Amino acid sequence: MHMRFNNIIRGSLLGLGLAAGTAAQAEIKVGDSFPALPGYHLEGPLPASLAGKVVIVDFWASWCGPCGESFPAMDELQKKYGSQGLVILAVNEDENKADMEAFLKSHAISFTVVRDAKQSLVEVAGIGTMPGSFVLGRDGKVAFTHNGFHGSETKKQYEQEIEALLK
Amino acid sequence: MSRWFWLLALPAVLPVLTGCENVKPWQRGTLADYTMKQDRDPTWEALNEHIWFSRETAAGGKGVGGGGCGCN
Repeated sequence: MHMRFNNIIRGSLLGLGLAAGTAAQAEIKVGDSFPALPGYHLEGPLPASLAGKVVIVDFWASWCGPCGESFPAMDELQKKYGSQGLVILAVNEDENKADMEAFLKSHAISFTVVRDAKQSLVEVAGIGTMPGSFVLGRDGKVAFTHNGFHGSETKKQYEQEIEALLK
Repeated sequence: MSRWFWLLALPAVLPVLTGCENVKPWQRGTLADYTMKQDRDPTWEALNEHIWFSRETAAGGKGVGGGGCGCN
């Protein structure tokens, strides 16, 4: 009886440990294929085709200050490289849709915004901070990742990465 | 360990474990809210600073960078 009780305790603790480990593994890394977006019930129309394009998937929210700072830079990147095959997809993580809509009214942008209402895509992506983004090459695999936005420094990095991937 | 230890320890520890939640970066909307800022009222802040200075002969040094959002 005593042994069985101890086994239950050990089993429970192991289960908790495994659950924590599984959660930590849900992160997408450089070299991984990015999950197919239609499976995540994102609100808003997705770009017609992402095949063969260089894609930046950028997770943002209206309450995130650096996300707002990154929008003008992202807009410039979309305008500069869009014709060469760059698609920026901004995935909103606001709990209230109205917050996102109010934010978008004050930020004129030329790239696509969709809403991850159930926060299911970001859960799989497992970003380390907001904003967090993944730069995908033409093969659909993650070539670079970004944590946060640090002004012109980050923009310069994006430009270098995009130019390398568009070649 | 005796069985009695676990019988007493588990009910004490489990509620604490279930109360711990790792807030993920995309779940910090509430923490980033204006009402969560400690220094959101300039008048209160000035009065508090005055009281602090008169009692401690020191001022400042209590700000927190980045806000509740934890971004960047």
